[in-house]
Amino acid sequence: MTAESPRPSLAALFSGFFVAGLSGFGGVLPFARRIMVERRGWLTAAEFSDLFSLCQFLPGPNVVNLAAAFGARQRGFAGAMVAIVGLLAAPVAIVIALGTVYERIGSIPPVHHALQGLAAGAAGLFAAAALRIAWPAARLPARAAVVGLAFALFGVLHLPLPAVIVVVTPLSVFVAWRQHR
Amino acid sequence: MILLVLLGLFAGLSLIAIGGVASTLPAMARAVVAHHWMSAPQFAALFGLAQTSPGPNMLIATLIGLHVAGIAGALVATLGMIGPSSVLTVVVAGVWERFRAARWRLVLQAAITPVSGGLILAAALVVVRAADHGLRAWAITLAVMLVSLCVRLHPLVLLAAAAALGAALF
Repeated sequence: MTAESPRPSLAALFSGFFVAGLSGFGGVLPFARRIMVERRGWLTAAEFSDLFSLCQFLPGPNVVNLAAAFGARQRGFAGAMVAIVGLLAAPVAIVIALGTVYERIGSIPPVHHALQGLAAGAAGLFAAAALRIAWPAARLPARAAVVGLAFALFGVLHLPLPAVIVVVTPLSVFVAWRQHR
Repeated sequence: MILLVLLGLFAGLSLIAIGGVASTLPAMARAVVAHHWMSAPQFAALFGLAQTSPGPNMLIATLIGLHVAGIAGALVATLGMIGPSSVLTVVVAGVWERFRAARWRLVLQAAITPVSGGLILAAALVVVRAADHGLRAWAITLAVMLVSLCVRLHPLVLLAAAAALGAALF
């Protein structure tokens, strides 16, 4: 944090992440960035990138990690809790409402067919997002090999996720270490 | 105790969700089918439903919890999915800050993207397979994927179009 950037109160943490959570369809990150960096000036662009790289690196939902890390840095344990609850309160309530309706009427034929179409569409959106994420990572041949190996072990051979991580991560670290020399 | 089973499942997934929750979708699909909570197409439908809600993409956990054990299940699954990873993040954040320019940090950061890239591609394959039974579903998936890659449209527009096509075609 720079000296002149304001230290957000608990209420400000809550409202900032609440707006970010409600704005994001298919990805909250751009909205979280706009609010934290551009609207409220909590972080500079570089500080944000630095913090977010950690949240991507660690397991778990990236944007929830971001709320936890930033909230804790600003206001300790209470800050982390308030930021996470702010981020998730509205989306969780909305999805529970949607899910309750689905459990009631999801098996009626026209609704059922629309949901099949929705599932196919959501799979297509997700596939597009996956391609966009994997493409930059695969531009160098050695890294592309790591992407391919993780894909093959997990998606084709159906090895359990922890096993795939244990096999592929050291290899990826080796590749990255050689490229950073 | 079903709530404890939900908590254990999602807390475990939380700690192996490398690159985000998406990479755990295959494990999640496998677990819900193995527990006889739902079929693979039902999982795909819940995934579609989660995508129509604003917020982070971990909401599929909330919906699975809701389906299995009502509101309490939804809250427990959500807590499991975010709890362990959030604690880990808060603990590591301090250390990370201190080693801003260290070479091992840059190496680790560069190493994680190809791994999560491959995992997420594999997850996409699993989700597509769960959602698509028959030519028409595959066609919808392919069309949405191509349009999303080529044109900037709000995801809700594409999802609404896919649902309308489903109601009309199936």
